[in-house]
Amino acid sequence: MHRVEVYLKSYLPDARGLSLVRDIHDLSITTVSNVRVVDVYWLDADLTPEALDVVCRRLLADPVTQEYRYGRSRQPEGNVGIHYYTIEVAYNAGVTDPVEGTVIKALQDLGVGEVRGVKTAKRYLIEGRLNEPQLEAICSKLLVNPIIQHVVEQEESRFLENPQYKFRLKQVDVSQIGQQFGFSEDELQAIIAYFQRQGRNPTDVELETLAQTWSEHCVHKTFKGRIKFGEVTIDNLLKNTIMKVTEELNKPWCLSVFEDNAGVIDFDGRWALCFKVETHNHPSAVEPYGGAATGIGGVVRDPLGTGLGAKPILNTDVFCFAPPDFPYEKLPKGVLHPRRIFKGVRAGVADYGNRLGIPTLNGAILFDDRYVANPLVFCGTLGLMPKKFSQRGQQQAGDLVVLVGGRTGRDGIHGVTFASEQLTGESSTTSYSSVQIGNPIVEKKLIDVLLQARDRGLYSRITDCGGGGLSSAVGEMGANTGVSVYLDKVPLKYAGLSYAEIWVSESQERMVLAVPPHCVEELLALFASENVEAVVIGEFTNDRRLQLFYQGNLVGDLDMEFLHDGRPQVKREAVWEQPQYVEPDFACPPDLGKALLKILSSWNVCSKEWVIRQYDHEVQGASVLKPLVGRDNDGPGDAAIIRPALDSEMGVIVANGINPKYGEIDPYWMAASAIDEALRQIVAVGGNLRKVALLDNFSWGDVEQPNILGALVRAAQACYDMALVYETPFISGKDSLYNEFQYSGKIISILHTLLISAISVMENVNRAISMDFKKAGNLIYIVGTTQNELGGSEYFRTHGLIGNRVPKVNPKLGKELMYRLSMATERGLVRACHDCSEGGIGVAIAEMAFAGGLGAEIYLKSVALGESIDRDDFILFSESNSRFLVEVAPENKGEFEEIMSSICFCNIGQVTDSEVLEIYGLSGRKVLSEPISQLKEAWQKPIRW
Amino acid sequence: MAKVRTLILRAPGTNCDAETVFAFQQAGAEVCSIHINQLIRGEQQLSDYQIMVIPGGFTYGDDIAAGKVLANELSLKLDEDIKRFIEDGGLILGICNGFQVLVKAGFLPGVSDGGSPPLTLAANDSGKFECRWVQLWVNEESPCVFTKGISSMYLPVAHAEGKVVADPEVLPELNVVLYYTDQYGNSQAGYPYNPNGSVENIAGICDTSGRVFALMPHPERYIRGTQHPQWTRLGAKKYGDGFQIFINAVEWVQRL
Repeated sequence: MHRVEVYLKSYLPDARGLSLVRDIHDLSITTVSNVRVVDVYWLDADLTPEALDVVCRRLLADPVTQEYRYGRSRQPEGNVGIHYYTIEVAYNAGVTDPVEGTVIKALQDLGVGEVRGVKTAKRYLIEGRLNEPQLEAICSKLLVNPIIQHVVEQEESRFLENPQYKFRLKQVDVSQIGQQFGFSEDELQAIIAYFQRQGRNPTDVELETLAQTWSEHCVHKTFKGRIKFGEVTIDNLLKNTIMKVTEELNKPWCLSVFEDNAGVIDFDGRWALCFKVETHNHPSAVEPYGGAATGIGGVVRDPLGTGLGAKPILNTDVFCFAPPDFPYEKLPKGVLHPRRIFKGVRAGVADYGNRLGIPTLNGAILFDDRYVANPLVFCGTLGLMPKKFSQRGQQQAGDLVVLVGGRTGRDGIHGVTFASEQLTGESSTTSYSSVQIGNPIVEKKLIDVLLQARDRGLYSRITDCGGGGLSSAVGEMGANTGVSVYLDKVPLKYAGLSYAEIWVSESQERMVLAVPPHCVEELLALFASENVEAVVIGEFTNDRRLQLFYQGNLVGDLDMEFLHDGRPQVKREAVWEQPQYVEPDFACPPDLGKALLKILSSWNVCSKEWVIRQYDHEVQGASVLKPLVGRDNDGPGDAAIIRPALDSEMGVIVANGINPKYGEIDPYWMAASAIDEALRQIVAVGGNLRKVALLDNFSWGDVEQPNILGALVRAAQACYDMALVYETPFISGKDSLYNEFQYSGKIISILHTLLISAISVMENVNRAISMDFKKAGNLIYIVGTTQNELGGSEYFRTHGLIGNRVPKVNPKLGKELMYRLSMATERGLVRACHDCSEGGIGVAIAEMAFAGGLGAEIYLKSVALGESIDRDDFILFSESNSRFLVEVAPENKGEFEEIMSSICFCNIGQVTDSEVLEIYGLSGRKVLSEPISQLKEAWQKPIRW
Repeated sequence: MAKVRTLILRAPGTNCDAETVFAFQQAGAEVCSIHINQLIRGEQQLSDYQIMVIPGGFTYGDDIAAGKVLANELSLKLDEDIKRFIEDGGLILGICNGFQVLVKAGFLPGVSDGGSPPLTLAANDSGKFECRWVQLWVNEESPCVFTKGISSMYLPVAHAEGKVVADPEVLPELNVVLYYTDQYGNSQAGYPYNPNGSVENIAGICDTSGRVFALMPHPERYIRGTQHPQWTRLGAKKYGDGFQIFINAVEWVQRL
């Protein structure tokens, strides 16, 4: 074995080290002045000294910037006399190290002889005075996540052979199943009855298959359950709300809804769009980087596994965290600090998404204390495919099961059942095998070759290997035919996996194909030509049985009908009672400038540029409206627009709506507001509602609590009511339940959180508009009425209040208003448009001003009110829905007002070149006067990391 | 007129190939997207093409260092073919990851004779991957055939390792084609105008022939007006600033 250390030449600044110094200072440890990071490689090979030198010079070390050595560094070269602490961090055994494969490949290219294995580590040289607890804090809070890494104390044997697995069939006494598989009592009884009819005991892999197929994650049993809600019994909430509205709207452009891995709509008759958003909450709580990265990797495989496969063309990411300044002393044991989760999730999403070459153009980040133990990570992908490939394929008996992509390891074993369970303080240590580490290049290679195979017609059906692994993918594919799988054919990352582990492993970057026998040779050759593994692991049958074999032994044999339809329907109770909060009794401040600055610098409202810049939002060359807009490319755009077919003038708008704080008052209006917000963003950038499809993502607490389930029912009902009037069908969705955390007898449940994601087909991208003010002298209009609706608002939150008057939605009015506004933008009458959301008119006007580098003069007494409001602050910061601020050139005044004449709108001021925002109150007195540079600074400062 | 045959090289992790294909097609070239394995196995011959492009991406994950593994693969397996391609008058364009690859493989700043390469591309001073638009000043004195007639460009960068680092004695010898500046052409503006800390604000270089050119910014991401980040303010031009690079390449070959 050889050990090589690679480090930067001492006179060069170490950017990785310096960013660590900043993170260490964030821990209030100020005595560290410098950190140098050393890359460590262990090579399991017998290289001559000359060969090793070639490897270092040509491959591992950069000849201009780096040096290498074979020993172990204590301090940077040349810095004798300064004390350094050294900490070396390596991956735990069994954790995928993506660099390993690349180094082995590169060593083979060099032709230096056989290389059996490669491991990497990081060695940190920390300069400064530290005591033991400080060093320990740096390790545990920044450098090491014990789930995947450890500190190397002394030279360890890096290349231990995994023990071989020796086959032994494991049967479980049907009467002794107990709790380990997480079955409910009803489910257990059904399973016992089934195996009694079979006259035998189940094997472990059969129970694993059932546990996984029947998990909340895979079948949405709460949504499909029988819910008693007051006097009403709802038999299948999903079918009675979200799916029902799609059925009733019956849009001809909905090509595939609620039946495949993603929803599919028509784009232009030639192409189809395919959209899906998933959550990866629990894994991201435990290992933010790997959890979020595999969240992206997983959702990208959804469009890829829809119809006969779509090319991923855009990512959207929405996160909910506890605030970055959450006090360390209040952090529950076993929970990572929100700042670390935030940074880790961001890095995971960026590293994976950027490497796949998918632009991340849309997203949101929200903060609330109650996400401390259950951060939410929503990852979405838009795909594009020729319309002819939009329908799910169907295999024939005799077609082969082909597993393609990455190898199978212990990654993510039991991830699905883990995702459906509460987290506890021990989750960080007990659930280690649920954490998956991704390798984006394996997935990128897979995408490249799969789309070629699709175009050549080499397979009859495709699905992704996601939660539940082969068990879920193959089990679902074979539901209507039957399938036999030979588990010993599955390529493994390392030895030692049992047949059951192979079957349920959630290793990333895998897809399953059904391949007609006459295509298999060509398919395997195509995959081999781009170095992507593809292996026949079974065949589809016509006996509607799932049969699993290992080394010639039958290890599982289940009736497909029992597996897919034998689950007893869940029965639950739900109640809903609206909570009452204190009504605010503070006086309206005479100067609203401070209040506006405070809202602009709140975590929810402030600029997320630090995150957005680290995503590639230009790759694929399709962006039309980017996430950052305005004079300095740093204003907050409402929605993103891309041109999915580069040779067309048509576009897709991608937007999202999410307002969990309204759910504290009433989840019905939270859901309604989220839909309204997503639609507003579409209209604000120049789109219309003619062809808009929605996705729902519910992240909820423990739905076995009737009041929490009642909130879910209310939200789902709003989805139906709003989508029906707006005529915007849902095409797919997902739920993540049981997001709560138990510690020292207390339960922290997340806010009821519904994310609405929307796509809209835009006929002509040249009609796009951005939110930044364009020209002094232009008129500013508000479209829509303002109500006394500050319940759950950012303004009340800055006063530590919630309130009760939650923003409502009148979808009939909203629809007419959006229709009119779309007409005005289509005619080119609108120079800028921004929707009013968090922080109301105040935040929207400030953002438009500083994004455009222009000032504005606003008269609150001109704002159309839906009810009497006698306070300037309430008018300025109300969060009423269906409202837009619109900039119109004076020469277009007449035409604009004529189009809008049937709805509520008013001219409330004008754009100025003063670079100051000035607002006059109801009395005519100036209530706010702030330079736009100050407003922008307040907005940018919080996350300027 | 005979078609200009352009090869867009794909390797594991390449991800800007499709839009680079589109840019060359728009410029009138006949474009083939070719996997490196096809060249190594001899199924495709570099000599059948007149332009070769190494597009952006994260080849082999940028593991070890950006572009390093593909660079080694090219110099170990296709060295002769590439050298002959250059000698025979072929054009090579490296964008972003392609810049990193060409430098680390020794094809830029000029074909080396096995000695240590005089420059490299290192991690950005910011320590971050960043996607942002940059103003570029074009050195019209450079021999670069791709930038003839262009005096400045506004293009996006998106990289984590784009900082040009070179031994001081090498700098005067370099054929620098592009420099980062601010919007007024000032080259001393610093970060973020120079997004990575490149020495002397270098954004792109070529070899002495001017036919091998590489740059960190992405010209293929600004070939039409609506790709500009402020087209909704300033109006959309018909063509983006990057388009002329592709036109120049195609026209240069056509004139041969």
